[in-house]
Amino acid sequence: MVIRRVYLDNNATTPLHPMVKEEIIKAMDVFGNPSSLHQFGRAAKVMMVEAREAVASFIGASPEEIVFTGSGSEANNTVLSILACPSKQCSYFESIKFNKVITSVIEHPCVMETVKCLAGRNTVVKYINVDRYGKIIMDELEEELKRGPALVSIMTANNEIGTIQDIKKIAQLAHRYESLIHTDAVQAVGKIPVKVNDWGVDFLTLSAHKLYGPKGIGALYIHKNTPFCPLIRGGHQENGRRAGTENTLGIVGFGKAVELRKAEMTAEHERLLSYKEKLKEGLQSKIEHIHFNGHPEDCLANTLNVSFPGAEGEAILLYLDLAGIAVSTGSACASGSLDPSHVLLGIGVPIEYAHGSIRISMGRDTAEEDIDYMIEVLPGIIKRIRSMSTVDAGGIKNE
Amino acid sequence: MSETGSKVEWVYSEKLKEHFMNPRNILEDEETYQDDGKGIVGNMKCGDEMMIVIKVDKEKGTITDCKWKTYGCASAIASTSILSEMVIGMTLEDAYNISPKDVAKELGGLPIHKVHCSVLGDKALKAAINDYYKRNGLQHKVKEEETRVVCHCMNVTDKEIEEAVLDGARTFLEIQEKTKAGTVCSECKEDILNLIEKYRKEHFD
Repeated sequence: MVIRRVYLDNNATTPLHPMVKEEIIKAMDVFGNPSSLHQFGRAAKVMMVEAREAVASFIGASPEEIVFTGSGSEANNTVLSILACPSKQCSYFESIKFNKVITSVIEHPCVMETVKCLAGRNTVVKYINVDRYGKIIMDELEEELKRGPALVSIMTANNEIGTIQDIKKIAQLAHRYESLIHTDAVQAVGKIPVKVNDWGVDFLTLSAHKLYGPKGIGALYIHKNTPFCPLIRGGHQENGRRAGTENTLGIVGFGKAVELRKAEMTAEHERLLSYKEKLKEGLQSKIEHIHFNGHPEDCLANTLNVSFPGAEGEAILLYLDLAGIAVSTGSACASGSLDPSHVLLGIGVPIEYAHGSIRISMGRDTAEEDIDYMIEVLPGIIKRIRSMSTVDAGGIKNE
Repeated sequence: MSETGSKVEWVYSEKLKEHFMNPRNILEDEETYQDDGKGIVGNMKCGDEMMIVIKVDKEKGTITDCKWKTYGCASAIASTSILSEMVIGMTLEDAYNISPKDVAKELGGLPIHKVHCSVLGDKALKAAINDYYKRNGLQHKVKEEETRVVCHCMNVTDKEIEEAVLDGARTFLEIQEKTKAGTVCSECKEDILNLIEKYRKEHFD
């Protein structure tokens, strides 16, 4: 049997765009430190300026509002750590009058773990629940804001289920209560239009490797009037907002990647949306007891999260892997812990369903043949796992 | 896509992979299978549930057939599969003494975070053997485990809770941190709280 290699884990990371690769290879000859005043430094700086402009314009920001970081996780950590800054010398210390974070129950671990740590450093942390599709419960958010201003951190699009929040509305609400608003848009940028000037957010996180750029480079948008405090100190780079010699290759790759996204994104969205419909129909017609997670409309076109009660997620993932298909799972067993996905539990998916869930995330390289192959292979795998399972799939109720 | 993936080593051992791809002795005819002993352990809420059924040669006291069903990950499927092969032909006593370590060894090793996946198999087997003894008037042979599993999700026993209490744990959270007990479905919380109190009194009052 010929095994087709199919990568359906684009929310984990994306392959480098061939033209981004080309651009990075060219940039490899430019070795200067962008902080140096001489010609070698200036050559590197020019590259960086262009890339910064590209990233800024892609999200509707000005270049000076972009700070490059080592990752999306670093950008998120940076924003959240503002509140815990103990330094009286910090130039922004005086302007933040609150020590409270409001976030949601379905954020990325780099937000969840950081706020947990902040809670141990005397920051008040409040978690907003989501509905069964993963949408923020706005009344709950408003109630919490009424109790006092906070730094609100809500992700734009969820990495596991793809649900997209109305960040513009959330930003308006936050500002009405004199709060700051940060959104982790790592999964959104490059997939849906993201415009900070329209949304009115204070901070926004993005990452290059989710949009066919290189790994190890993220960015933080900081509105020009928003108070800020760096996480990494000791250098004037990034206007003193993130010390450390810049990752010039990463930055160049990031710039090229967003430029290409501009041209490819819209058509790709339509294409992936039609694939998703095909995939849903195909799987539904061939597999009994199947449940799709996430919002039916406000959802990333590339992301499909699906539960198969009676079949365990890691086993599904590994049988798919043996068939050449790469996906990810919200099952506990794959993560090394025994806790299934906090996102699936957060939207109220029963624990039995959460253990048997996989995330299919398509990308620019996904072809219709890949979807056909998935529809051909997955039903047999589910049937096989269920045939050796103690759990009767039909006996589990999804309440 | 490129072929590079095929050269990358698989996530578990070759032996485990082989059993995962071709599991042996699956119980396919559950309705008609005439078992002499049956054991079910685990809980699907925790992500693992196993059932083992055995047939016994009553004269010789040996296992003549072993079939199973498992809800669980690749390690769980493969370890039940290999266990079923190991025990056929064994005396009940020898089979009872199989440890999770023996199963893991037979599989060519398990990553540390996967060891718990092999623990349920031998527990299900022990339960099946005890079931056989009970059905055949051999109650005196039934070995009750000296320890009791308190947290079925993480397979934590009362002995481990006791150790943790001796180690200074006094709250549910501290028990969770030390033993991982109660970190999944938390159904054992009250049980754990009672044990903390019991061992605290026993050792410290």
